[in-house]
Amino acid sequence: MAGLCSVFSVCLCLLGFSAAVFEDQVGKFDWRQQFVGKVQFALFDTHSQASKKLLVATEKNIFASLNSRTGDLFWRHVDKTGPDGHINTLMMHGQDAVVVVGNGRLLRSWETTVGGLNWETVLDTGSFQSAAYIGVQDVVRYVAVLKKSAISLHYLSSGHQKWVENLPESDTVQYQTVYSGGNGQVFVLGVVPNSHIVIVEYNIEDGEIMKQKSVAAPWLSSLQSSCVMVGSGVLLCADPTTKSLYTFPLQSADQTTMTPILLESLGVEVAAGFQPVLISTQPHPARPPLSEFFLQLGPDYHILLQLKDGLVSTLRDFNPSYLVAFATTGEKTVAAVMSPKNETVSSLYCTVINLYSADTGRRLLDTTIIYSMDPNGGKPAKLYIHTFLKKDDSVGYRVLVQTEDLVLTFLQQPGRVVWSREEALADVVTMEMVDLPLTGTQAELEGEFGKKADGLLPMVLKRLSSQFILLQAWMSHLWKLFYDARKPRSHVKNEVTFETLSRDEFNLQKMMVMVTASGKLFGIDSKSGTVLWKQYLENIQPNSVFKLMVQRTTAHFPHPPQCTLLVKDKVGLGSLYVFNPIFGKKSHISVPALPRPILQSLLLPLMDQDYSKVLLLIDDQYKVTAFPSTKNVLQQLQEMASSIFFYLVDSSQGRLSGFRLRKDLSTELIWEVVIPTEVQKIVGVKGKRANEHVHSQGRVMGDRSVLYKYLNPNLLAVVTESTDSHQERSFVGIFLIDGVTGRIVHEAVQRKARRPVHFVHSENWVVYVYWNTKSRRNEFSVLELFEGMELYNSTVFSSLDRPRPPQVLQQSYIFPSPISTLEATLTEKGITSRHLLVGLPSGAIVSLPKMFLDPRRPEVASDQSREENLIPYSPEMPIRTEWFINYNQTVSRVRGIYTAPSGLESTCLVVAYGLDIYQTRVYPSKQFDVLKDDYDYVLISSVLLGLFFATMISKRLAEVKLLNRAWR
Amino acid sequence: MAPLSSSFIAIVFVNIVGFYTQYGDCNNGRRVPETIESDLTGFSVPLEHSFEVDDVPRFWVRGNIQLKAGRENNVFLSQAMLSEKDRSVLKDVAAVDGLYRIRIPRVSLQADRQTDRQLEGYLTAFVRACSLVESHLSDVITLHTDVSGFVIGVSIVTMPGACRGAEVEDEVDLEVFNTTISVMAPVNAPAPETALFIERMEQEMDKKGKPQEQKSFFAKYWYLILGGAVFLMATSSAQPPAGGGREQS
Repeated sequence: MAGLCSVFSVCLCLLGFSAAVFEDQVGKFDWRQQFVGKVQFALFDTHSQASKKLLVATEKNIFASLNSRTGDLFWRHVDKTGPDGHINTLMMHGQDAVVVVGNGRLLRSWETTVGGLNWETVLDTGSFQSAAYIGVQDVVRYVAVLKKSAISLHYLSSGHQKWVENLPESDTVQYQTVYSGGNGQVFVLGVVPNSHIVIVEYNIEDGEIMKQKSVAAPWLSSLQSSCVMVGSGVLLCADPTTKSLYTFPLQSADQTTMTPILLESLGVEVAAGFQPVLISTQPHPARPPLSEFFLQLGPDYHILLQLKDGLVSTLRDFNPSYLVAFATTGEKTVAAVMSPKNETVSSLYCTVINLYSADTGRRLLDTTIIYSMDPNGGKPAKLYIHTFLKKDDSVGYRVLVQTEDLVLTFLQQPGRVVWSREEALADVVTMEMVDLPLTGTQAELEGEFGKKADGLLPMVLKRLSSQFILLQAWMSHLWKLFYDARKPRSHVKNEVTFETLSRDEFNLQKMMVMVTASGKLFGIDSKSGTVLWKQYLENIQPNSVFKLMVQRTTAHFPHPPQCTLLVKDKVGLGSLYVFNPIFGKKSHISVPALPRPILQSLLLPLMDQDYSKVLLLIDDQYKVTAFPSTKNVLQQLQEMASSIFFYLVDSSQGRLSGFRLRKDLSTELIWEVVIPTEVQKIVGVKGKRANEHVHSQGRVMGDRSVLYKYLNPNLLAVVTESTDSHQERSFVGIFLIDGVTGRIVHEAVQRKARRPVHFVHSENWVVYVYWNTKSRRNEFSVLELFEGMELYNSTVFSSLDRPRPPQVLQQSYIFPSPISTLEATLTEKGITSRHLLVGLPSGAIVSLPKMFLDPRRPEVASDQSREENLIPYSPEMPIRTEWFINYNQTVSRVRGIYTAPSGLESTCLVVAYGLDIYQTRVYPSKQFDVLKDDYDYVLISSVLLGLFFATMISKRLAEVKLLNRAWR
Repeated sequence: MAPLSSSFIAIVFVNIVGFYTQYGDCNNGRRVPETIESDLTGFSVPLEHSFEVDDVPRFWVRGNIQLKAGRENNVFLSQAMLSEKDRSVLKDVAAVDGLYRIRIPRVSLQADRQTDRQLEGYLTAFVRACSLVESHLSDVITLHTDVSGFVIGVSIVTMPGACRGAEVEDEVDLEVFNTTISVMAPVNAPAPETALFIERMEQEMDKKGKPQEQKSFFAKYWYLILGGAVFLMATSSAQPPAGGGREQS
């Protein structure tokens, strides 16, 4: 092994890679943002007044603590994805938070200040129903977990199980609620739908069943949706059909039926077809809940009620009101209600939140928070209240509002936004990077070259004026530099706004347009990570497919850049959303109606008169819709029709088919390849990126001959996986298919391989990663295609005229880590060598030189291979720590990596997204076109000046000498 | 899986058909089958073709592909000559830059699977009619199979592949197809070659390591041991007098 390493290190030293960042460069070119996702549970730490912790558990299986003053993360625990890591419930008591994870699989207790795990208990199997703290004599000692067929009690201090009991008749009764009023009993409530409620009372000490009774409730189907516990052990249920409330005291010995209370008797009416919702509060787990509760009667209608001596009375009517919440501080419980600002005009964009005393329903003075909604955002969906006692013993509060577009906003009186978080960014689906527009002066210069010449004198004048503008801009720049230099450094802020937004010298700063699964679009400045614009698209169905296309780049001043988002729902019905990627404004261009499901969309390099690229959409009847569909475009399409080909993939039938456009925008089927689904199914199809440039046509070999690359821009890499998952018979298939002619250029089978398969297709190579079932490891394989020693046709590539198949070389390597995602770097002209960016599940992103994935790596190094800089083959791929481009900034659950070229050939912009977003730059061939930071300008200029003067002086001396000699 | 099944992936193909200055040699060394006698153990599938001036495909039989079961790459094509009418149609199609299409039914090359189940549908491919005419009907047809022997695709190319607008004497050149037919099965992708690498490493180790391995422990480190011993002796002999001196004073 030592020998292996030494040979390897020698090779590496010869080549000398280095990609690491220096300590002082940390955060200079990169940034990371961490997210938590859609909040399911949020709790404020009310343990002490000075506490600024906010605990959240989210749908992304994350348990985190936020700083309620700044919105930053204190700590974050990322659990497994899927139902295994799903957080069922979150409860907090004192310093500790109890969490049930994975449908009742694990019970955990967390210490909330630092996020350390106190204890963890594995629970018995069974689907989780509910959990509750159990208190005895004002002290919370236990936590009870109710499963489908059993209840268990655990010590809060250690997590040890006190007792576990099977529930009686659990096959017919659905047990759903566990309740304890803090006086030594545990009540378990179950329901037989549309029949009766079962109440079982357990002894806290030994789990013995004390009492068991059933109460008829033929109208009830679920306890969780229609019942709550109110007051000292009273079960309160709402029945929408009879429009009444039912009460039943759990501890009553003689009562056997529920007492109905008609809602009409309270003078209220339930909105038609609305299931009334009851909201109650239990401020302390060891004490019974309050007797006040909310009843939601309609989407925007709540009333505050009180249950006293078996009678319900109305405390206050809130109509209209969007959201309500209870909160407790000290001994005081308040109710917060979000309602429209002006009660007569229910404008959604300006709402107010008021506090009301829970026990009387009286409005507390000076407790209004104005919440103005973002017109580009969604409606508020959840309300969380953080209350605290002020010095004068009155109640102060702050609110956390979660909206439909997953914005968490934290507000304080009288409506100041303390912080807000864009949690939609935890689920980025696709993104593009768009160049920023030119500044006014740059645009002026561009305009000068763009316009047609109109005489000599105007041209001269125009040139002079633009030069003058440039001079002016330079002077103001100098002045700004001088002005900023005088200020202390901390005061110089580089805030990014729309006004300062302009392209920098090397086009390193771009606009990141991100599309999230919730249907919210973001425009983010790539240099700082500031969200510059956001737009929430309503009515986006879950699991929609998004495709973002840049129809017009920033290069066509004065036409604004234009992006088009194609949204497809589950059925495939599509809609187009056209917007300006720099400012996020929706474009007023009329979009074509798409009545039929869209199968395929393709962006042609053809342009309309206003420089927007033509987008073709193919529907399920193989009819083509063009956007924009002006006369000019249709004419161009008619001319080009016979050379526009597209392909469709139907992975459910394993069918790949090719079509050609006809002049009347219909299509004809021209080829068909069918991969039988009984044997293998298609897992991915990838073409090449349209903006990819390849600088060199071939590779120079050791003997100075050239091996030409097979650069087919229409080549598709199709990866399949066997349906047989037996470890000996499973395989991964790689098909390289020409997308125009349907010709299978290469077909390979990787035996004993299985998913996860990731692959990258670029230039003349395909790299794929698979799981080797026999050796139980991840392996990389690289395919490279070459035309041979001579080119068939060096001037132009046509898929229709390439009769000879390419030579295919392939090699495989062991990769010592699993892989989440794979992408290749991309540069402006393709001169820089390529690197592969590998996202690992550990959160690291490795920049792996493509040089290591080269099928021409020889078994034994020869002079020729050394000449070519080929590394001798070794089966194992190293991972070197300096290849981690994100040093210690781990990117959790990285799902995709986006690469974009910058104006510098050496530099490639990288954005990794998943749960977090990380932006950085990579230099695959180092910064060969940039002077170093510590470049010695003084030395160079002084040497130059010195040489200049030396020549001047020596010239003068030589002249004198010549003159003297002539006189002699 | 979900995004794939519901959607289709898009790319853009704009194929620029330029003017070609050169074309490759058509003979790539493949076996050209001439006369074909039917084999009892094999079976045959029809090869159909279509070339129409209006570009609406109407397929009719061009020939029969004889497949011999079991043996790899054992395929022959028997086909008739083109009739005079067909030749003129083909020339007309070439003149309007139409397509020459071929198709074969979906079959399995494993004979025992033939009877099991008839797969539905056809596999189609095309070539520009003009290139077929200009190559004097010399084409290369390849049947691609998957691991289990199902034919998944067919491809046709002409040798040479370019359309240069050359005139063709129909009587002489457009009568007989000069076809090369072959079956391509997927190649096995290589796995990481650990065994060879370890062998090579061991050889290198042997070369380097042998002379040093022979030496014994003492032979290797005699100078260290000797030096240590001398040092120990020197310190042990030097200390007692010093200690003694202190005791005395």
